[in-house]
Amino acid sequence: MRERTALALFVALLAAAPLALPEFYVTLLNYIGLATLVSVGLVLLTGVAGVMSFGQQVFAGLAAYSTAVLTTRYGISPWITLAAGLALTAAVALFLGAITLRLSGHFLPLSTIAWGIAVYFLFGNMELLGKHTGIADIPPISLFGWRLDTGREICVLIWVLTLAALVAARNLLDSRAGRAIRALRFRSVMAESFGVNTAALKNLVFLYAALLAGLSGWLYAHFLRFVSPGAFNVNAGIDYLFMAVVGGAGQVWGAVIGASLLTVLREWLKDILPKLVGFSGNYEIVVFGVLMIMLLHRTRDGLAPALARLAIAAKVRASPSPAPSLEKRRQPQPGETLLEARAARKQFGGLVAVRDLSFETQSGEILGLIGPNGAGKSTMFNLITGVLGSDGGEIRFRGERIDRFPPSEIARRGICRTFQHVNLISAMSVIENVAIGAHLRGRRGTLDAMLRSDRAEEAQLLYEAALQLERVGLAEHLHETAGSLPLAQQRLVEIARALSADPILLLLDEPAAGLRYGEKKVLAELLRRLRAEGMSILLVEHDMEFVMGLVDRLVVMDFGEKLAQGLPREIQADPAVVEAYLGGIE
Amino acid sequence: MSFDIALWLVQDGVTNGAIYALLALAMLLVFAVTRVIFVPQGEFISYAALSLALLQAGRLPGVVYVLVGGGLVAAALDIALALREKAPARLPRIVALYVLVPCVMAALAWWAAPRSVGLPLQVLIVLGLVVPLGPILYRVAYQPLASASVLVLFIISMAAHYALTGLGLVFFGGEGLRSEAFSDARFKLAVLDITAQSLWVVGASFVLMFALRLFFEKTFYGKALRATAVNRIGARLVGIPAELSGSLSFLLAAFIGAVSGILISPITTIYYDTGFLIGLKGFVGAIVGGMGSYPLAVAGSIGIGLLEAFSSFWASAFKETIVFTIIIPVLLWRSLRSRHIEDEEE
Repeated sequence: MRERTALALFVALLAAAPLALPEFYVTLLNYIGLATLVSVGLVLLTGVAGVMSFGQQVFAGLAAYSTAVLTTRYGISPWITLAAGLALTAAVALFLGAITLRLSGHFLPLSTIAWGIAVYFLFGNMELLGKHTGIADIPPISLFGWRLDTGREICVLIWVLTLAALVAARNLLDSRAGRAIRALRFRSVMAESFGVNTAALKNLVFLYAALLAGLSGWLYAHFLRFVSPGAFNVNAGIDYLFMAVVGGAGQVWGAVIGASLLTVLREWLKDILPKLVGFSGNYEIVVFGVLMIMLLHRTRDGLAPALARLAIAAKVRASPSPAPSLEKRRQPQPGETLLEARAARKQFGGLVAVRDLSFETQSGEILGLIGPNGAGKSTMFNLITGVLGSDGGEIRFRGERIDRFPPSEIARRGICRTFQHVNLISAMSVIENVAIGAHLRGRRGTLDAMLRSDRAEEAQLLYEAALQLERVGLAEHLHETAGSLPLAQQRLVEIARALSADPILLLLDEPAAGLRYGEKKVLAELLRRLRAEGMSILLVEHDMEFVMGLVDRLVVMDFGEKLAQGLPREIQADPAVVEAYLGGIE
Repeated sequence: MSFDIALWLVQDGVTNGAIYALLALAMLLVFAVTRVIFVPQGEFISYAALSLALLQAGRLPGVVYVLVGGGLVAAALDIALALREKAPARLPRIVALYVLVPCVMAALAWWAAPRSVGLPLQVLIVLGLVVPLGPILYRVAYQPLASASVLVLFIISMAAHYALTGLGLVFFGGEGLRSEAFSDARFKLAVLDITAQSLWVVGASFVLMFALRLFFEKTFYGKALRATAVNRIGARLVGIPAELSGSLSFLLAAFIGAVSGILISPITTIYYDTGFLIGLKGFVGAIVGGMGSYPLAVAGSIGIGLLEAFSSFWASAFKETIVFTIIIPVLLWRSLRSRHIEDEEE
């Protein structure tokens, strides 16, 4: 609860500030609030979702200029122009997001700089927008007849909105949608295979960050009562990103820290640097640049984590309390055919990785798909899960053709997978990782999360995750970070995550790879128990010993083709299999 | 628009486009070898252009302070490292590279400034002042983070851009400068009126591109850089140190940036922050060309030069907006062609 105390203290100090502080500091506080609004969006966008933008000033500028033109020329109320400005911001953000968010890595930040420059020159050259002089005499905001025409008055409005944005962002990260957002940066393949539409989610975060910047721009216009292109040049965009990075781009409260630090530092430097150099100019950028380089050389996590360690002790969390169970699928009758591959084929250039492979799995059994390294098992696995598109044949699940579906559609039908290379969000707790598995069993979206109207469902999701962790024997480790567990336990977390999706067919990709003898025994025991509970499993492995005592039937692959199929006993006696594994006798 | 004006605009566009093409090549080179998006390239352009103009005006270019100061910081970092690793044998080399070279170049500039030493020597001095800044910048800002992700390196680039732009303002001041034309000659070719300056620019650009090609295909160091670009870990395993290829690619990029600055300074008035926009147009050219192929980047950059020339005729106020907006349809086309989910390295 110490976090809540800290927050209450912060709010109390803020509430007293506009009354007690001299004008200069109130103005500074206003600038900090405005910058915080933009950087909260960047924390979500860059720090959490991994989308780097140097162009947030564009969105602030669009909203600021919208309200400036509409209020001064047409006398429209600022509250209506807020809606208009945000609508324009949203339209531009959706358009830019749609065309650029699919691009990888460095293209996006480069293009944000480019459109930042384009829009800056647009602002500076349009007759309607007052060219380089800008637009003056913007009316103040009125709230129920109260004109907010001093810095002190608008300070209240700025900080109420800023705090609301901070709390909403924090709530968002601690929710079903938030977990999916946290997967976007490093784990989008995994998120897709549990039904997250990563492209749409990225667009949503981009939109949210743009709207926060727009809100900041609107407040800015009515606080200064004047807009000019200078406030929305490329450097403003760079400053916002620096604020998010300084604060710690993964931390919501880091936005306040970064915004405060850079805003105060800039004012202070503007004061002293001209005295040192002898004439005025924006020399503070030298200091900003050097500080930024030094900060990144020391830590890539920013200041917030270090401050958090000092100020707030880690919360000890209890296991989630029992909640009503989530809706479950009707499991198929034992013996029903689940997955059918008919002459499935995948080619990489001249290499046929999977050559006309056919097999089927039945409900309630463990089918092993085995073969030596390079036999094409993983390729087959990727065909089933939709990560790769097939080049021929068909794959059906309970009669329905699935070989043209994306991973999320396949997950929706109850095929849930684990990853050979453990695909957990290492900085997130074990239970939250597992809750991603239940993504498709929840409905509440980002807005519900921000307003906390998702708590009932959230309790169900977390309780389900806890149950599944207990099922795989990890009840003791719910709140540890996933990255701190040893490999064998991470593999179990992978299985728990797949189980929390309430699968009809569980696909395991080499779950025993890299495990020690004792750990393999534990894993085999778990899989037997799952089968006894009625779970259907397709196990891809190359470890014969692990598979033999466990599976009901086996399909053996070699060089992309089916070499043999049958009961473990038959396979062990099959001379072709023995030759493939041990090599022929010359 | 008459045919004459069109031809004149084409000449103008190709001249600027040739410079953007050089910058695009430098950007691709640095990105391939070090994964750095080389935003500070723009500052090298400004530094070189302003230094040439100041030398011609008989004044000492302020870049000498940046050079000597930066060299001292780089030397201090390397000396600390050498002492920590107990390798004092490295010290003379460090001092020679990071302290002696900058000081000699600064002294040369100080000697040459009040004398009219002639254009060729002035150009050489400017190159000597600006080019060593490349490896120094790499050593100070990038080398400690060489293994970081592309995005962290991008932030470092923006920070370096900030620092160098600010230093440019401190040492060059806010006024714009233009250097003297290399030659005032004009040639009549049918209806076309060609200035010697644009011939200089286009000629120098193509000579430099050809020289780069020879460097990459024929020389040992060129091949080492190519190897690093193809496979960083593999290159290290066969004994090409990452520091060397990083330093070398920054040296080449700084050289290209300085040459571009020298070429453009008689054509346009350059301010301390003009280089940023010029450098970014090189980026836009590289992106239009697909960010990977050198010939396409050259074509894309010349296209940007032409677009700029024609839009400054039709809608001069919106010239920059048009040039930087062209990136949007290009990206749209690229994003329609690519559909894949990709995870960033952790």
